[in-house]
Amino acid sequence: MSDFSQEFIQHLINGISLGSIYALIALGYTMVYGILQLINFAHSEVYMIGAFAAYYAVKLTSTVLGVTLVPGFLTLVFLIVVAMIVCSVLGLTIERLAYRPLRKAPKLNILITAIGVSLLLQNAGQLLFGADPKFFPNVMEDSTLATFGVAELRLFDVVVLGVGVFFMTALTWMIQNTKTGKAMRAVSSNATVASLMGINVNYIIGITFVIGSSLAGVGAILVGMKYPKIEPLMGALIGLKAFVAAVLGGIGSLTGAVLGGVIMGLCEEMVVAYLSSTYRDAFAFGLLILILIFRPAGLLGKASQEKV
Amino acid sequence: MNDTPVKKIWKSIGTPVLSIVGFAILGQLIEGSTNQYVQLVCLGALANIIFAISLNLVNGFTGQFSIGHAGFMAVGAYVSGYLSTEVVKVPGLFDFFWFAIAGGLVAAAAGYVVGLPSLRLRGDYLAIVTLGFGEIIRVILINTPAVGGARGMGNIPRPVQVEIGEYALTPWYLYFLVAGFFVAISFIVLWRLTHSTHGRAFLSVREDEIAAQAMGIDTTKVKVRAFVISSFFCGISGAVFAHANQYLNPSTFTFTKSVDAIVMVVLGGLGSLTGSVVAAVGITFLMELGLRQVTEMIGIDLRMVIYPLILIFFMILRPQGIFGTKELPDLWRRR
Repeated sequence: MSDFSQEFIQHLINGISLGSIYALIALGYTMVYGILQLINFAHSEVYMIGAFAAYYAVKLTSTVLGVTLVPGFLTLVFLIVVAMIVCSVLGLTIERLAYRPLRKAPKLNILITAIGVSLLLQNAGQLLFGADPKFFPNVMEDSTLATFGVAELRLFDVVVLGVGVFFMTALTWMIQNTKTGKAMRAVSSNATVASLMGINVNYIIGITFVIGSSLAGVGAILVGMKYPKIEPLMGALIGLKAFVAAVLGGIGSLTGAVLGGVIMGLCEEMVVAYLSSTYRDAFAFGLLILILIFRPAGLLGKASQEKV
Repeated sequence: MNDTPVKKIWKSIGTPVLSIVGFAILGQLIEGSTNQYVQLVCLGALANIIFAISLNLVNGFTGQFSIGHAGFMAVGAYVSGYLSTEVVKVPGLFDFFWFAIAGGLVAAAAGYVVGLPSLRLRGDYLAIVTLGFGEIIRVILINTPAVGGARGMGNIPRPVQVEIGEYALTPWYLYFLVAGFFVAISFIVLWRLTHSTHGRAFLSVREDEIAAQAMGIDTTKVKVRAFVISSFFCGISGAVFAHANQYLNPSTFTFTKSVDAIVMVVLGGLGSLTGSVVAAVGITFLMELGLRQVTEMIGIDLRMVIYPLILIFFMILRPQGIFGTKELPDLWRRR
């Protein structure tokens, strides 16, 4: 193989691994949007809190319990569980305090509230955790699993992809096969009718926030493992990109979110590799604007006509 | 109505003339009684007034939702800054008027480019596109060496001091007049616009888009129109901001700057111009004079902890803002 194609394979691996992280976070956006028609701006801050929860969990276990976590698979599982719990509690709290009082208000008001919650968490994070970046604890030792000339397949990429695929499959199974999943689909297609059929809409919305937020927590651990620098503003950019991924795939569609996430990850990796890294962030928005102009419902979304 | 010609002319230019005289007196009072820092804050407040009322046209009157207006402000600011430093070396007092108008026009063109395709989108999608647009402008500014790139653009001039006999009109006072002129013009234009037939069209789009369409209103056109007019004034506010601060940096025009204006508009009342003015002045002074010391003490932008709280509480407890859609004169008008 030529050097070029080997390099290309490397970028492909990086892109897919980055994309599966975007996909995990995008799922949270898309689920909430599917049910409430709300862009949950606070989702990216839930993700940020997930990373800090893991950071402090490691600190607390070593200072309070006196147990030093050995980098390895068990630590990864432990941190993922911690982040999932903290994130679901936070997501539920946000829903209960900020969004539920506005259930019947105009959509614009809820959107402004969502922006408000997002900014509040960002800046409260700066007050509480300090604005300077912190180093994410060592979750696992990275190693090279296989090499193809210049390109190498690293353990982290496999773990990120594996964990990502595991949670996405679990979510899809849950939505398709359980009673709660069925209720979620019902609320998403028509909340009023669903409530007439005896579904507790508020409960289902709560469940949606719990699931979406815990996926953001998983994403936070995976990102922290790969790029071990965390700060209170870390959520803004990655959240925005995950949101773009959700829109790209067609917001409200789970498969769309995963597809969008992978496309987004691949595109970004390729732009940085072959075009220019300074325009990296502008690229995501440019892509978003183009999609919204030519295919407003996204790749897999259904165009809906507003009814009178 | 048989008005004499003099009366007719007075009817159309009376308010602008009176408000500029008002600004002339106000400027003298401020200059006589306060220090340079407060004077600087006053210019910033004027820029914020234009910023807030221009955003209110889109977010309040037309019911769309832009969260990227800092982008248009940046365009206006950089155009005016560039013209005054690179194109015209020593600008005279009247040059500052066309600098600002040029900034406004370029911003309006940008508004047209963004608005035309994206205003077919529904509310929250539009919001995210405007946000993306604002970020793109910032990235472009950072990557353009001609306007200083990430270092920013410094030494943006103010008018040269004018001396009448022994009495001197300082650069600050002269620019206060220019800024006051633009505040007055922006306010009056937007006021008359929103009280005209076209203004009714904006309101109808806000109240019910489908009903507006049924009444024969081309809603896309109306939205684009509102967007372009709004970005024009937003560009002017940027120009005022540029000469008030005399220094520009791409990092000023982030999402935070857009949130500034959103807070002012929401607080004052979506759809109330006077509400926006009151909120813009109030917030500028509160943040600059009241909270700056606290912020510097703890080293964190406290503004950004208070803003979101204001937003959330207002949305939950009083979503219509302080004024609602009422204007200041409505308060003492008989029902």
